[in-house]
Amino acid sequence: MIIDLIVPALLTIITASTPLVFAAVGEIVVEKSGVLNLGVEGMMVVGAVGGFAIAIITDDPVLAILAGALSGMLMALIFGLLTLYFYSNQVATGLALTLFGIGFSALLGHKFVGITFEGLPKLYISGLSDIPGIGQLIFGQDVLVYFSILSAIAVTWFLGRTRWGMIVRAVGENHDSAHSIGFSVTSVRLSCILFGGAMAGLGGAYLSLAYTPLWVENMTAGRGWIALALVVFASWRPWRAFFGAYLFGGITIIQLYAQGLGVDVPSQILSMLPYLATIIVLIVISRDDSRLRLNAPACLGRNFHTSG
Amino acid sequence: MSEFRKLTLLTLAMLASFLVGMFGVAHADPLKVGFVYVGPIGDHGWSYEHNQGRLSVEKEFGDKVKTTYVESVPEGADAQRVINQLAAKGHDLIFTTSFGYMNPTIQVAKKHPKVHFEHATGYKRSKNVATYSGRFYEGRHVAGLIAGKMTKTNIIGYVASFPIPEVIRGINAVAIAARSVNPDVKVKVVWVSSWFDPGKESTAANTLIDQGADIIMQHTDSPAPVQTAQKRGVWALGQASNMSSFGPKAHLTAIIDNWSPYYIARTKAVMDGTWKSGDTWGGFKSGMVEMAPYNSAIPADVVNLAETARKGIISGSVHAFTGPIKDQSGKIVIADGKVADDGMLAGMNFYVEGVEGKIPQ
Repeated sequence: MIIDLIVPALLTIITASTPLVFAAVGEIVVEKSGVLNLGVEGMMVVGAVGGFAIAIITDDPVLAILAGALSGMLMALIFGLLTLYFYSNQVATGLALTLFGIGFSALLGHKFVGITFEGLPKLYISGLSDIPGIGQLIFGQDVLVYFSILSAIAVTWFLGRTRWGMIVRAVGENHDSAHSIGFSVTSVRLSCILFGGAMAGLGGAYLSLAYTPLWVENMTAGRGWIALALVVFASWRPWRAFFGAYLFGGITIIQLYAQGLGVDVPSQILSMLPYLATIIVLIVISRDDSRLRLNAPACLGRNFHTSG
Repeated sequence: MSEFRKLTLLTLAMLASFLVGMFGVAHADPLKVGFVYVGPIGDHGWSYEHNQGRLSVEKEFGDKVKTTYVESVPEGADAQRVINQLAAKGHDLIFTTSFGYMNPTIQVAKKHPKVHFEHATGYKRSKNVATYSGRFYEGRHVAGLIAGKMTKTNIIGYVASFPIPEVIRGINAVAIAARSVNPDVKVKVVWVSSWFDPGKESTAANTLIDQGADIIMQHTDSPAPVQTAQKRGVWALGQASNMSSFGPKAHLTAIIDNWSPYYIARTKAVMDGTWKSGDTWGGFKSGMVEMAPYNSAIPADVVNLAETARKGIISGSVHAFTGPIKDQSGKIVIADGKVADDGMLAGMNFYVEGVEGKIPQ
């Protein structure tokens, strides 16, 4: 039956895409406030080890998820303090955060290598979850999957429809004007950086708690960088980032399934496809300079000095 | 002798002894040995085992050596920079431990003719670049026998990294061994285009299980496939190190790479000035390849079969590639009674009968 092939593939696509959704949606908020944090990979990997460590110690999935978010947030706090209060270069600090995160998580995770965890519990609604095919897809996921979808919707609404969202965007577009009409640029940016850290931490925790419930060093394997690319791919729109993540996850998984089925397409081409798609979208959106400028926050990557 | 002259002499004597001492210290300068790893040392697979080898060099020679390692070095331009830096910093012996470091190693070696280089799994050598590898296909042969006996669905799922001879040889060794005890076995291969990506490896394992595989083998470095097998209730065979803690029920055995004896011997050779370039390809016999403890769920006769094969390989009576061996089209590639020579093994670029799909070109 074809459905027997499609449903498992779709299930894996969801697990492959969810960490990207978290990290990309979080980074969009950060970048909308005018801060470029390239430390997503570092925050994710620390979130992964933090979540996993607490899962093993307490055996409580809720605490583990919170620990993942908190670990990412603590990493983001380092970044925030350095860039907002010590005016360090955002690009360099973000890169350093990734390098630090990979090393630091290896140190923290040393004791947890080789231990496994049964994974996050999945939703089960009697009747609904038993519907063949779609039952498990829609009603049988773990809490983080639903939360990732919710976060994309919530961030879209927040940035577009709320006063606070407008303030974030104002700070990102022109920090001098925002400052002159009385908004605290630094505290708005710090809140956004912390939110981004928590989201990246959740993305990492999803890897170590649900995707492959174990800890190995560097287990994010570059997903933080993909999330960063997705932000540009999505031209800073959360729902586009959400679909971008699913497109990327989808192509990655489908090529693995295609190989197993003996489809005769070179696997290198298939594994190249997600990146190729990103490049094409980048070309399309950057062809129209005004459109790109309309979406990219004008103050992205620029430090704010109150005196200046 | 006046007091003054005595004092002067004493000072001179002290100075002299100090100088001799310094010279002595300079002479006992530790040998600097560098290691470049493709993955993190905590991968619990390939790089982990190379690092175990490094630790055993430190243990063996104590303060006579000083080792350095750089982990997670991408294959390509970065590798060349890292290797060059190690050479420029005065390392006497440098182990580069991934296939993709081959050209960078050769390049850097040209610029540093006095430094000794050791490249794992490659085939390009020069005066100061030696190559070494394990005959992991011997381990795959034993693993294949067990897999052939343990499978119920007759499908072995194989999570593979890159289509290089080393990996293809492993796939073929498994197919030949498994089909020798169970002619209905098929090997399904999924390429993940990475040596280390737990998420992708786990997905590939899931894919294979969804398509009927009840044995998961891997030629990637993370324990994720073993864990996935455990979760899905199928068997798994570990890669590079004992991965049983990641899936104690699923883990049948693992092919273990043991680099320690080689690393110790080569370090000693540099110390003694007897180091020469060459190619070392060690298997069960030299201890470079080992099997992890067998899972207690494997029936005694299967363990027996595996052990007989392992001992046979050591004594030379068994070879993983013994003819007649056919390729996928049914053409005989190794004639009846012949065994594949090292040249054929080193350049293997075809699938044998029983492997499904095509090698990505």
